[in-house]
Amino acid sequence: MSLLDAENVTRFYGDVEPCGRCVERTGAEHGRNRCPECGMVVGCADVTLSVESGEVLGIVGESGSGKSSLAEMLALDLAATDGTVAFDAYDGNFLDANYEERVDLQNEHVGMVHQHVGDGLNLEFTGGGNVAEALLAAGWRHFEDVRTRVRDLFEETEVPADRMDDPTSTYSGGMQRRVQIAKAIANDPELVILDEPTTGLDVSVQARVLDMFRRIQREQDVATIVVSHDLGVIRLLADRTVVMRHGRVVETGLTDRVMEDPRHEYTQTLINSVI
Amino acid sequence: MTDDPDHEEMAATTDGGLATVADEPRAVSDLLSETEAGIAGYNYAYLDEHTKREVRRGVLNAIALPGHQVPFASREMPLARGWGTGGIQTTLSLLGPEDTFKVIDQGSDESINAANIRRLAETTADVETTTDTTDASVIQTRHRIPEEVLTDDQILVLQVPTTDPLRRVDGSDDANRRRHAHKNYSKMWVALYENVVEWGEIQISARYPVMVHDRYLMDPSPIPRWDTSKLNDADSLFLFAAGREARIYAVPPHTDVEPLAFEDRQFQVERFDGKRCHRCASTDTYLTEVTDEDGVTRYACNDASFCEKRIEDPTLSKSHHLDDETVAWGPGTPDPLVDDARRETVLDNGNSSVTEGGDEA
Repeated sequence: MSLLDAENVTRFYGDVEPCGRCVERTGAEHGRNRCPECGMVVGCADVTLSVESGEVLGIVGESGSGKSSLAEMLALDLAATDGTVAFDAYDGNFLDANYEERVDLQNEHVGMVHQHVGDGLNLEFTGGGNVAEALLAAGWRHFEDVRTRVRDLFEETEVPADRMDDPTSTYSGGMQRRVQIAKAIANDPELVILDEPTTGLDVSVQARVLDMFRRIQREQDVATIVVSHDLGVIRLLADRTVVMRHGRVVETGLTDRVMEDPRHEYTQTLINSVI
Repeated sequence: MTDDPDHEEMAATTDGGLATVADEPRAVSDLLSETEAGIAGYNYAYLDEHTKREVRRGVLNAIALPGHQVPFASREMPLARGWGTGGIQTTLSLLGPEDTFKVIDQGSDESINAANIRRLAETTADVETTTDTTDASVIQTRHRIPEEVLTDDQILVLQVPTTDPLRRVDGSDDANRRRHAHKNYSKMWVALYENVVEWGEIQISARYPVMVHDRYLMDPSPIPRWDTSKLNDADSLFLFAAGREARIYAVPPHTDVEPLAFEDRQFQVERFDGKRCHRCASTDTYLTEVTDEDGVTRYACNDASFCEKRIEDPTLSKSHHLDDETVAWGPGTPDPLVDDARRETVLDNGNSSVTEGGDEA
């Protein structure tokens, strides 16, 4: 078994009664994700993928293609409409985990780095406090141990350790992103999900954040799902890539193969428009 | 029941038609024929019986779920919310003619608010009142737990301004209720972590967050840290009532109450650095700093009633009224400066006949 096996993961948006044929009437071949009959928006549907331990899976697609919905569902931040996910550290359908199990899983098994810093960090807390929260929630009760671990994580993620006691709101965008990564890996999770890890950062900072994460990923051999619209990020990090459009997976393959020999029409357009 | 359309009667019958239950006592004189006490037209103990039942239901729920904040239908009282309306409602719903009642306001029996609450109970419920902690069966208090050890015959009703300890870290009650439901207190722990980062120790002067029965995080009301350990495994019942927030919670007798702290940054009580009360010379009581008009700063016992007793008898122990004088209650004597020294002190106290009690910790 893989670390994570997702099957038919689906998410609808909208407060209408679904007509029952929403999935078959939307998708890449129809060129739409809103159901023409009932008006339901199909965020993503029938997504089946797997992640092996230590592997980096890239999810690429344009805005609105459902990649962030998928990432949030896999990080247990968003309730799924349908689908089953088998996850190594959980018995049963991962998507059905109750609140308490979810808090535990998110804390110790699945680290999430959010696109919007406010979703992942409490900006009023200090940077160190944000990272410490993950440890404290996991039951750490020895202050000096927490302190040491937070300092190590700051060094690991290349955040200046002398800033760890400043409010997170005073950090630069790059530092905030690094603190999120530090928090995500604090309890040595099996899986880390990065949602648009470089968006909003300038190019030199992007490169350093990616380098840093790639080093940590290799050193700790942590499985990772990287969601990005940026093919450069995917090419740099991902072993395998999933291409999404209109809420569907349109192509899956080794990253090199997808980049060099794109088969789906949309993937070809995507790659041509970048390179 | 009377047909007299007296306006006071109307004021008392706030729930209109429901108040026609035949055997409800309407006044102290209904209950005790020989007494003249009570305000004409008002129900026994001021509140109507339905309100009292509602409050008692809340109290019973609270006792069944130690540390959990139970909502209750808090009534308008003839004083502003924030002045002890929750405490008054709870007290009045508990009092019976056999009770002896004491009110403490910040350690003092003599503040205007304490005197007025005491007088209200005296007038409407015909209870004995006292300033002696050991004589009281019900004690309403603001911001203090008495120095003298409470017994299993006593109920302490604490007035609570802020019910939720998590409000320090998140203003959303909605989110906080969810945290309580799932015992998710990591945010509070982060606040403590940051407190230690900033000050080197946990610097919370009052309202020190405690875990009750290893389940609910509880705000013990603004008692000083000094009093916090008294909640743990006590003989008495503690009720916490907030009129403004319409919440009651409780610590039943012999419940585990543990202040949040790190393994290497332990909970500490206030330190008075060898200061003693200028009146009774006590060094084992919670002291208040008082600066006179002439600029002289003195320290005095905060618990005025116990201070009076100590003036009479400086060696009086905090458990003098109990069979077993070694019962632990609050910080020991002398007040320790550091934790390690403190534990040794407790051991010393245990072998000493001069000082009473020890520290719980």
